[in-house]
Amino acid sequence: MKLSRRCFLSFVIGGAAGTTLSPLPWKMMDDVAIWSQNWPWTPVPPDGEYTYVQSTCTLCPGHCGILVRKVDARAVKIEGRKENSLEGGICPLGLSGLQLLYGPTRIQAPLKRVGERGQGHWQTITWKQAIDEVAGKLTEIRTRGNPQSVACLVPTDAGTVPQLLQRLMTAYGSPNFLRMPSADDAYQAVLRLTQGVEGYAGLDVENADFILSFGSALLDGYGAPVRMIRAVSRLKEQKGTLVQIEPRLSDTAAKADTWLPVKPGTEVDLALGLAHVIIDRDLVDAGFITAHVEGFDAFAMMVRERYAPQAVAETTGIDAETIVRVARAFAGARRPLALYGRGKGQTPGSLKEALAVHALNALVGGIDRQGGVMGMPAHDYIHWPEVMPDAAASAGLRAPRLDDAGGDRFPHARHMVHRLIDKALEAPGDIQALLVTEANPCHNLPDASRVKAAFDNIPFVVSFSSFMDETAMQADLVLPNHVYLERYEDVPVQAGAAKPTIGLCRPAVAPLYNTRHLGDVIIQIAKAMPGGVADAFPWRNYEACLRETLGYRWETMHRKGFWVDEGFGAAADSFVLMDDTLGAIFMADSPVPAGDAAYPLLLVPYDSIRLASRYAGNPPFMVKTLEDTVLQGQEGFVEINPDTAAEQGLHQGQMVVLTTPVGEARVRLHLNEGTMPGLAAMPRGLGHTAYDGYLAGKGVNINQLIGAVQDPASGLDAVWGIRAKLTKV
Amino acid sequence: MKQTQTQHRPKRYGMAIDLDKCTGCGSCMVACFAENNVPFRQDETNKLLSITWLRVYRITNNKKFPHTEVCYIPRPCQHCAGQHEGHSPCVSVCPATATDYSIYTGIVSQIYTRCFGCRYCMVACPYHVRYFNWWDPVWPAGMERYLSPNVSPRMRGVVEKCSFCFHRYQLARDKAYTEGKREIREQEYQTACAQACPAGAIVFGDLNEPRHAVNRIVQPDPDNHYKARNPSAFRLLERLGTDPKVYYLSSREWVREAGDNYLADEQPGALGPPRGQG
Repeated sequence: MKLSRRCFLSFVIGGAAGTTLSPLPWKMMDDVAIWSQNWPWTPVPPDGEYTYVQSTCTLCPGHCGILVRKVDARAVKIEGRKENSLEGGICPLGLSGLQLLYGPTRIQAPLKRVGERGQGHWQTITWKQAIDEVAGKLTEIRTRGNPQSVACLVPTDAGTVPQLLQRLMTAYGSPNFLRMPSADDAYQAVLRLTQGVEGYAGLDVENADFILSFGSALLDGYGAPVRMIRAVSRLKEQKGTLVQIEPRLSDTAAKADTWLPVKPGTEVDLALGLAHVIIDRDLVDAGFITAHVEGFDAFAMMVRERYAPQAVAETTGIDAETIVRVARAFAGARRPLALYGRGKGQTPGSLKEALAVHALNALVGGIDRQGGVMGMPAHDYIHWPEVMPDAAASAGLRAPRLDDAGGDRFPHARHMVHRLIDKALEAPGDIQALLVTEANPCHNLPDASRVKAAFDNIPFVVSFSSFMDETAMQADLVLPNHVYLERYEDVPVQAGAAKPTIGLCRPAVAPLYNTRHLGDVIIQIAKAMPGGVADAFPWRNYEACLRETLGYRWETMHRKGFWVDEGFGAAADSFVLMDDTLGAIFMADSPVPAGDAAYPLLLVPYDSIRLASRYAGNPPFMVKTLEDTVLQGQEGFVEINPDTAAEQGLHQGQMVVLTTPVGEARVRLHLNEGTMPGLAAMPRGLGHTAYDGYLAGKGVNINQLIGAVQDPASGLDAVWGIRAKLTKV
Repeated sequence: MKQTQTQHRPKRYGMAIDLDKCTGCGSCMVACFAENNVPFRQDETNKLLSITWLRVYRITNNKKFPHTEVCYIPRPCQHCAGQHEGHSPCVSVCPATATDYSIYTGIVSQIYTRCFGCRYCMVACPYHVRYFNWWDPVWPAGMERYLSPNVSPRMRGVVEKCSFCFHRYQLARDKAYTEGKREIREQEYQTACAQACPAGAIVFGDLNEPRHAVNRIVQPDPDNHYKARNPSAFRLLERLGTDPKVYYLSSREWVREAGDNYLADEQPGALGPPRGQG
């Protein structure tokens, strides 16, 4: 048969039309698509019974209430809890908790280092081995008569677990129980000096109608983040005023009614300048001043002499008219509140500044009243029998602290971690062992490389971290704690809580790995040590200790998830505005950033609520929310003003080298109109070397570029920036 | 399509986001990731590839220091009704009926197993709310344990987007049905982002229901494509006529102006499509 052209074309066209009209190709395409979509590696989450567990988040000092949603034994979502965060809001870190719980950076069993420090070669050991090893080493140091050479570093000193550790140190014979630095250090000193209160500052932000924030990142993680954000929302609804004082347009400044871009480092001058106006125009709360305040005249004389608005305008870059306007508005408000603590409050800062800010509150009567600052006595629910130090311990306890805190030289400081680091570098033999719990000093402290070097000088480092963070990497032994979602623990809220509140952290899921509760581990270590140490720990285990300590509160806490003491209402007895001690502090110099004229810029760290910068590393969900002007690929950014960039011929996105007296880093440039000319700003919380590919190697750790600066007034670390320069690559 | 509760009048679920309150914290994004099993990769910095059902944009007024202002704009799916109810830009172009408009809830759905990845809807959507799965989702070892059974993880080759947490609607609807076929209460159906927002900036509810806060805030005008009668409320690209159900509130004029595009000689705030296109 001969195939004609016509016949051929009919066949092809007819065939094509037929195939197109028939459902076969479409059906097959659909089937292939469905088949390929059902390849078995896309997980199908198993269904089951839905339950909720109420607990408390411990990822930051805020200690918000959380609800953990479970499907059978799995936790699937963390949500906010209505009762103690008002309407159930929750921050991004709290929401990401399950990524920490189930993430691959968890330490799954006790580990012992094999090979060099920091290399990450580990051998899994049993808990008995781990505890015997710690107890054995500590006993050996004590037998040599050196118990004071053991130090312990904790994120907070409140609550039964830190208190057990402190008890261990006391019974063992070491005074070196150190808390990680925070603005609480300065607030504590201020309350002690002005009100004679040993405790923490309660900030009644909910009832204030005028908030004057000295660089506090109210919307980026200051205090209890959710509570602060709620309070600012409420302030807006009630037509209150928020004034933000800081040189960079932060998220808080962006939401403020007035943003005062003060020259960095001159905040204290501005505070005292405002005080000048309030005193000069007689806007003070005369009733409060006469009834409670001591040293008003001396204080008034000091600000009159040294802080006239014109002079302050010169120093701070804020014009005198604005200073007068803000001061009048502040003093004229019904419930004004001035807040101290830069960013999230992770550095103690200048004691002079903290005092000046607190003095503003006192001038307008905002002390121990609604909408003001409460001098909160430290939580007082832990009543354990007194430790009876044996001879070895008594000798150790008489030794001066390694950081000299609280002594004649630094009477206002209680914890000075930067001096502990100095000590480790300058007198290597003085620190024989260091125990670190839920803190990451090797990443979070200024001059992180130096901190690591200090760790190298400490012969025995034990980490109780749940995650393989930078500090655990530098340890000899890792005794992993349960994650907060796997354990019972009381967590007293100190972050500005205006009512004494104790949260209860309770297990949402059974421990996933071979980890052990730090409370139990402390008791077991103590019991494995000979002599008087074991006697200080009469409890069978941690849970018994916790229940006994909480006593009648336990039932309520178990049911509601937290305990609030409503009874608090003690008004200020006396408030010291000025005396010889305070005068000396007000006369002291302000902390000055390191560096000279070779560094034309000022590098300052900033805090973002999308970047965890404390113990927990930033979880993948939060890394995902970072803007591409904060992180691009693996490269981090430094923010400068477009005018500053133009002076140097730099442009957006350009790769530059950022050099400071402490270190240098390659970063990209982000031109931000909201950054003060001459300033460079970088976020905290990036540049991890530990963890996994979802966090490690992303961006630059600003702590590699800044170093601790000792506050001349208190000795606390008051670093807020460093001089820097940019060079083209 | 099987619908229960047809005895009740149609809902028009929508959102009002107060940009004066929004702090840009990103809780809404993370709550959404966690609620909806949104995948993540090691590098999420290419924002065109980064799947964010809800994304918080940052805009500035472009003024020099110190007059700079910043505003954050959270952007979920706008659940457009279109010029005529159901003519959403994406629904109109989907050849697979993988995305559909529900006249009972006003929610634009996305059915992953129907989607064959042509991505017409992504082109059609003026708000960039739709994301394509270029890769199969991979969770780091162990993390798949937190996945919620309420939302199926998506596979490579399909488009996904915000569903106004439709599974939460289903749960609330079923509960209301078993409890005597009553109406769903406002608090029973809330999206994960609205629930998580620490600032209380996101209000979610039925725009047709005067008892719901969202209706009181927005005061939509049913006779004029549900345009807000609240003068500080606006919708994104309102002049396109997509009739979205996400309303934004701002007291700042430059923010409200940024919600739409205007020709150089046009008065911002002008209604209707640009000249020559009406």
